[in-house]
Amino acid sequence: MSVDLDLAAPETVHRVLSEDGSELVSDPPDISDGDLVAVMAEMVKARVANGRFFALQRQGRAGTYAPIEGQEATVVGAAAALDPARDWVLPQYRECVALGRYGSEVLRTYALYQRGHPGGGHFPAPVRVFPIQISLAAQVPHAVGLAWAMQLKGEAGVACVFFGDGASSEGDFYEAGNFAGVLGAPVLFLCVNNGYAISTPLRAQTAAASFAAKAAAFGIPGVRVDGNDALAVIDVVAAARARAVSGGGPTLIEAVTFRMGPHTTADDPKRYQPPDERVAWEGRDPIARLRRHLEGRGLWDAGRHAAAEAAAAEEIDAAWDAAEATTVSPDHFFDHVYAEPTPRMEAQRAELRARLGLDARTED
Amino acid sequence: MAVMTLVESINHTLHQEMERDGRVLVFGQDVARNGGVFRATDGLLDRFGGQRVVDTPLSEAVIIGTAVGLAAEGMVPVPEIQFLGFSWQAFHQLAGQLARLRYRSDGRFDCPVTVRAPFGGGVRTPELHSEALEAQLVQCPGLKVVLPASASDAKGLLASAIRDPDPVMFLEPLKGYRLVKDDVPEGEHLVPLGKANTLRSGDDVTLIAWSAQVEVAKKAADVLAEEHGISAGVLDLRTLVPLDIEAIVAAVEHTGRAVVVNEAPQSAGFAAEVVATICEEAFYSLEAPVARVGGYDVPYPVGMLEEHYVPDAARVVTAALRVCGERS
Repeated sequence: MSVDLDLAAPETVHRVLSEDGSELVSDPPDISDGDLVAVMAEMVKARVANGRFFALQRQGRAGTYAPIEGQEATVVGAAAALDPARDWVLPQYRECVALGRYGSEVLRTYALYQRGHPGGGHFPAPVRVFPIQISLAAQVPHAVGLAWAMQLKGEAGVACVFFGDGASSEGDFYEAGNFAGVLGAPVLFLCVNNGYAISTPLRAQTAAASFAAKAAAFGIPGVRVDGNDALAVIDVVAAARARAVSGGGPTLIEAVTFRMGPHTTADDPKRYQPPDERVAWEGRDPIARLRRHLEGRGLWDAGRHAAAEAAAAEEIDAAWDAAEATTVSPDHFFDHVYAEPTPRMEAQRAELRARLGLDARTED
Repeated sequence: MAVMTLVESINHTLHQEMERDGRVLVFGQDVARNGGVFRATDGLLDRFGGQRVVDTPLSEAVIIGTAVGLAAEGMVPVPEIQFLGFSWQAFHQLAGQLARLRYRSDGRFDCPVTVRAPFGGGVRTPELHSEALEAQLVQCPGLKVVLPASASDAKGLLASAIRDPDPVMFLEPLKGYRLVKDDVPEGEHLVPLGKANTLRSGDDVTLIAWSAQVEVAKKAADVLAEEHGISAGVLDLRTLVPLDIEAIVAAVEHTGRAVVVNEAPQSAGFAAEVVATICEEAFYSLEAPVARVGGYDVPYPVGMLEEHYVPDAARVVTAALRVCGERS
């Protein structure tokens, strides 16, 4: 099936799989068995990484971590519908453990980020992933710029930008959505509605009927999708991508999901979240849902699940070990402020190196 | 050579740079069809078409924010902010994003963006059209801050800015757009960023200024010579980042006395940085405390009051005489 974005009602949540994993629609998206199994493995890897980065922060080895638990289908599903060779992904800060489709460099770079290494912002070319963004919605105008450039160059790519329900209240979101609409730029605005902006619930964030409804002000389609239904996310993102690369312009996609963990490792949801709300969402777990579906089709079983978890743990541990082994020169922070440091910065660098007893520069 | 006003020089340079490099895009409010509210971009739409010369919605943050994405995809954006005072509505994108694209990507992305914006007082504009915000931008590492004072420099510095791999805030003197007129080389003309310009050499005192205040300093130097027999040098800094510390130190070591002029509120204006630099680098050459002349620590005033706020030659002369141990 393919969702008709022009007819999508912004209050209707698009679904393919029911919570028991059975198909709700007669024409599910056309995805090969191998691709479906790969999506499942990526979601498992994201959840294993989630636990690992949480533990590393608790051990004092990694920095503040923003967990993805519960939102894996939204990010993995979207990435599965994108073309990593052509399409940019602009994360907020929760997505990188689920972007394995963009290459193993993403996880390795993210491990550096969590380690506090400056290389954590440098997803190496040609990986089309923008640096993690801490300033909420500030990356949304950047996506419009990337998409506008691809449009000018006649390249058939899109910029898919992730941001949350809270970030949709920022001016940058409105300014970017408006300009993208005017330009007809190939942008996928992916609003991850996970229920809370730290502690602020949806009803305190907006009076709009939905986040997708905000697309009306930009003159672009707005569509809601079940963010815990990987197949539905793939379906909607693929339709929005096809529309964008054929010159149809941007789409605002609201993925309805739930943040099963705290906002970050520094947060305690018990202060603001009713316990029964979380319990209700546990029954809609995106990994369990896709697993039931794949098991029903004979594509997945307990053995494959355990193997996927083991492979994920191995990859994550390797990435983390590499990050822990990566050193950095104390004066590295002078290196990439400008293409060439100013004379004053060179003097400051000399002062720092003298203060630390470092010899004349031998490393970058 | 051709005599041009400062704004004509900018227009001429934008034509040449867009001709030279097909990646250069000009966009902003009223820049295409209207040719800019000061005609700085006049004719570009006809010459280069609507793909490269684009009227944007009234959205300063997205004008700067899209420049970040365009630069990362290999374009050379030259956005305009219609008046520098409006840049506060994009300050999070300027300081937090544009300035840091290279840094936060640990060197992956160049950021060859030139943000043009006019500023400065004395032309009876409405509120928020005149603010001199250069010191605030200097506090955003990653940005270069360039302020031409002549038509010739407007060309040489703008061409250098557009070809620079880092984001440049190119701040144009509103009052000088049509009042400043001088010989501009018609062919290739580049003025390097980070080199101050000694406009006049003098033996008794050095007047240090940038942008529209360079004209004020030149007038003050005339008065000092003609009415007081004082030989005043004038140093145009041209760029605040990178700062030509060597030129400042050499000038002050020669005269032993300095007056620094800026239009911004006095407290933490860029003149304070110049004075601190002189104290650190040339203290033992000083014959007298360095003086500052600037705006006052108040919001930029409305038209009936601005002549009392913006520095003029008389205030610079008074400060120079004080520094030279004479009463005005």
